[in-house]
Amino acid sequence: MTTHDLTPTPGQTIGPFFGYFNAAEQVHLPFEDGDHLVPPADDRAIQLTGTVFDGEGTPIPDAMIEIWQADEHGDIPKQDGSLIRDPFAFTGWGRGTTDNVGTYRFTTVQPGATDEGKAPFIHIVVFARGLLNKLHTRAYIPETEGLENDATLSALGDRAETLIAKRDGKRLIFDIHLQGNNETVFFSYPGMDYPKP
Amino acid sequence: MTSTNSPKLDPLATADSQETLNSEIQDISTTYEQRVKADPKQEETQPRLNYPPYRSSLLRHPTKDLHHTDPETIELHSPAFGHRDVHQLESDLTIQHNGEPLGERIVIRGRVLDGNGRPVRNQLIEVWQANASGRYIHKRDQHPAPIDPNFSGVGRAITGDDGTYEFTTIKPAPYPWKNHHNAWRPAHVHFSLFGTDFTQRMITQMYFPGDPLFALDPIYQSITDQKARDRLVATYDHSITSHEWNTGYRWDIILTGSQQTWMEEEDHDHS
Repeated sequence: MTTHDLTPTPGQTIGPFFGYFNAAEQVHLPFEDGDHLVPPADDRAIQLTGTVFDGEGTPIPDAMIEIWQADEHGDIPKQDGSLIRDPFAFTGWGRGTTDNVGTYRFTTVQPGATDEGKAPFIHIVVFARGLLNKLHTRAYIPETEGLENDATLSALGDRAETLIAKRDGKRLIFDIHLQGNNETVFFSYPGMDYPKP
Repeated sequence: MTSTNSPKLDPLATADSQETLNSEIQDISTTYEQRVKADPKQEETQPRLNYPPYRSSLLRHPTKDLHHTDPETIELHSPAFGHRDVHQLESDLTIQHNGEPLGERIVIRGRVLDGNGRPVRNQLIEVWQANASGRYIHKRDQHPAPIDPNFSGVGRAITGDDGTYEFTTIKPAPYPWKNHHNAWRPAHVHFSLFGTDFTQRMITQMYFPGDPLFALDPIYQSITDQKARDRLVATYDHSITSHEWNTGYRWDIILTGSQQTWMEEEDHDHS
């Protein structure tokens, strides 16, 4: 036991080799239906999609995105089986990778509010080659109760816009800019350390 | 095909020499050590996102401050995984094919704990790695080292009630990459971890003790603090080594502290 040292273990980049890039043989982190939290034919299905960009606006084709969210009623899933999906069970978690042009796609449901009056969002964590540690962000759902007076969004001023997905029919579009003028807001939570030079 | 993939002819390899990289790494390290000497509270425990010697980080790090916030309800929970998701045999990377993989058979064993010392129970832990020749099964890894038809280099496990995990695998070799001329990564195994709160989600790399490439590697050195870097290095443990079968390494992983304990009781009522 090494419990005398409880300083968190450092993160490292996911590197380039986390996915085989061959749909027939997903031998590394991506897995079949990882990006389908519900089947596309499900009545409730929406798509969460977007492109991940670097500081020059170039799409990033080697990022891995995970989402974690409440179900359509705002209940927090406690169901296992994300890796071998039961199409009738909602686990709330999905994993996808960006394609050759930097786009990710999830089929999921629109989350409800976990607490009354709170703005619902889909939590997103970003990993990529060149990104030395994970980054957390939130895709808030447009035109929902609680957005207007959400304390976190209010504190962000103009930058809050980067966190609100855009609706296009059954699609929610949420681009992620790791750097630059439109840089997405990323969050740090208690106990995290993101040292700067 | 193989000739165009020769490292010498690779048009993507940058012209910078290892000596140039070493001096950049050394400058950052010296500045950091002086800063911590003057003010110990400046000690860093995680990698810098902006670490210029790792060239790919230049355009892929946020330049604005991360927004510090408390977790919301969903962020105080994590997805559930169990034996429905992962078969017990998936933690043995040496039995996935018809034959035995080449290389030094090793067992990596350890515990996953949160920042308060509590075991992270029944959670998913994933690993992926190069083979004994330093080759990944990946279309972007085309360097001239052999693929092992008996080794995919991917494993999964569910942690035990005391947070323990164990993988049986092959010791990976160092491999070349294109960060600068003649760049080589120290041998490592990638680890992916979940905690009880989704904010504890992490991906990292485990290294082997005494690797001569440590000082030359900008990814390992992006953690500027030696004590913090050491936390990524496994310990050789003869009690995990077994007679005429495998050598053994121990590596414990600490996630950030869970913020959820105080609300566990009311959590049972939430549905």
